[in-house]
Amino acid sequence: MSATTFNRLTPYLFLAPALVIMVLALLYPLGYMVYGSFRDWDPSQALGESEFTGLANYVTLWNDPNFRESVAVTLKFAVSVVSIEMLIGVGLALLLDRNLRGMSVLRTLFILPMMIAPVVVGLVWRYMYHPTVGIFNNTLKSIGLEPVDWLGQHALLSVIIADIWQWTPFIFILSLAALQSLPRSALEAARIDGATGWQQIIHIKLPLMMPVLIVTGLLRLIDAFKVLEVILVMTEGGPGLSTEILALRISRTATEFRELGVAAAMSNYLLILLMLLTLLMLFYNRWQEYRAAKAKRAIEEAV
Amino acid sequence: MAAVSDNSQAQHPAFYAVVVMLIIMAVGPIALMFVNSFKLDVDIISGTSGLLFLPTIQNYETALCDVLPYELDHLDFCALKFGGAFINSLIIALVSTFFTLVIGCMAAYALVRFRFMGRDTASGTTLMVRMVPPAVLLVPVFGLWNNEFCISKTSWLGEIIRDNFGGRGDVCLAGTHSGIILIYIAMNLPFVIWILQSFIVQVPRQLEEAARMDGAGPFQVFFKVVLPLIKPGLAAAAIFTFRIAWNEYLLASALSDRDTKTVPILIVNNMSEFNVEWGVIMATGMLLAIPPIIFTLFASRQIITGMTAGAVKG
Repeated sequence: MSATTFNRLTPYLFLAPALVIMVLALLYPLGYMVYGSFRDWDPSQALGESEFTGLANYVTLWNDPNFRESVAVTLKFAVSVVSIEMLIGVGLALLLDRNLRGMSVLRTLFILPMMIAPVVVGLVWRYMYHPTVGIFNNTLKSIGLEPVDWLGQHALLSVIIADIWQWTPFIFILSLAALQSLPRSALEAARIDGATGWQQIIHIKLPLMMPVLIVTGLLRLIDAFKVLEVILVMTEGGPGLSTEILALRISRTATEFRELGVAAAMSNYLLILLMLLTLLMLFYNRWQEYRAAKAKRAIEEAV
Repeated sequence: MAAVSDNSQAQHPAFYAVVVMLIIMAVGPIALMFVNSFKLDVDIISGTSGLLFLPTIQNYETALCDVLPYELDHLDFCALKFGGAFINSLIIALVSTFFTLVIGCMAAYALVRFRFMGRDTASGTTLMVRMVPPAVLLVPVFGLWNNEFCISKTSWLGEIIRDNFGGRGDVCLAGTHSGIILIYIAMNLPFVIWILQSFIVQVPRQLEEAARMDGAGPFQVFFKVVLPLIKPGLAAAAIFTFRIAWNEYLLASALSDRDTKTVPILIVNNMSEFNVEWGVIMATGMLLAIPPIIFTLFASRQIITGMTAGAVKG
């Protein structure tokens, strides 16, 4: 092999391992899942031996009240978690965007809940919510209030609170980064024109942060659909179906009910939902770039 | 500079109160777990207040009973095999991090330097893969790893493996460390490629050309010139990959067998029992949380870089 052909092949050599793994362990499985979702498939058979049933799995799911309940729970969880986290996270970022000593400590420690295993997060919160041992009920009792049945009657709320604890820092750190990269000149100009703190926030900071905020919110929304371990450890989807989000239902359908075809169809529904969200985000990014380019051209023409 | 003038004016103490409160809220639950992991179950359940107890490492001993070199007095049977699970977790997390970095690095370098496909493709793929929940991969990965990714027991390689390691059916990826490692590499690759690209772009081309003038081949240029220059990027990528491989539960639980269980699986299994042994569970939780905590304390800057790169540069 001559030196030139070797050089021409180099990029492919460098890329090959990554490509092979991605195709083998990601693309192929996804295709396999789509194929399997049209079949009556249980774990004891190879996929080829199973019977082709067309859209039966999808139709069954569509008419299954439990599945619908699970979709509703997932949407309720994702939407409330993301909106509350955005409110608190952005609010804190606006409040604390100043030179405070200890901010770097706060930022470091704030990452902790996101870094430790979701399983451990679930474990800690399950302990804290525990009806007799837990710290919440003990505190309530010691100040003379009625204990609350956290993981029973208010299971969904409790799960949402735990997620807020874990992920608000994500929004906070991203919006703080966005805030600190805002153009100083715009803020300076507003201050000179006598804008109050609130006016600065509403008319200057928030609009300028908006692109980052929307992307952050969408990223968080996508992640909220992926939450599984925290809820599994805290409630196992119960009581009843009150906290059984889609991801949890997929894993239960596959492992407990042993209906791989149905689980695959369910995965496909979830994937389509997330795909729509991702496309929304990509289009938003494109649109932003387009608008920025247009504004730049307008400025250049004006000059 | 504005920052300097801001610095000179003192801030209202209320802001410091908010910061302190947030720190307590963020760390509180973890600290609670830390404290409880040193308590006996009697102390945890009686709920006697906070810090008045005799700290003991008995929970840690119980958790790690299968790897401790000495016999335990309080335990006549070692039921929890957390020690072995820790070794599994370590092997899987370290090996998958290593391969993800090597493979990801090479791919990122090719994408940047040889200019094909371009950054858009990679960031698009990253986003697409980020979108896929592990739960969606569960069904196909379970099916494939058990039925398709196998070496027939009658083939030459299959016979060698069967003779050396035992077992009955075909040799399959499921139940092995490699099976879990493979899916973790695939899950993390796009992110690693994408974050390393942004570091490789900043390596000056002239450096590489100079090395090439001196007679270095493409592989030498890559390993001796480029790699040392992108160490911060490698650190960020390594932390993110390690964290996912170390913490992941769902896919590992579907792919592991008795001997390859990781720590999260054992924790979930022990939590679903009727009588939760809080002390021991908290001790294992603490052990599982230690590596991420160490990373956070020593490399928070890299972590924040990796996190903000996702949204701010998008």
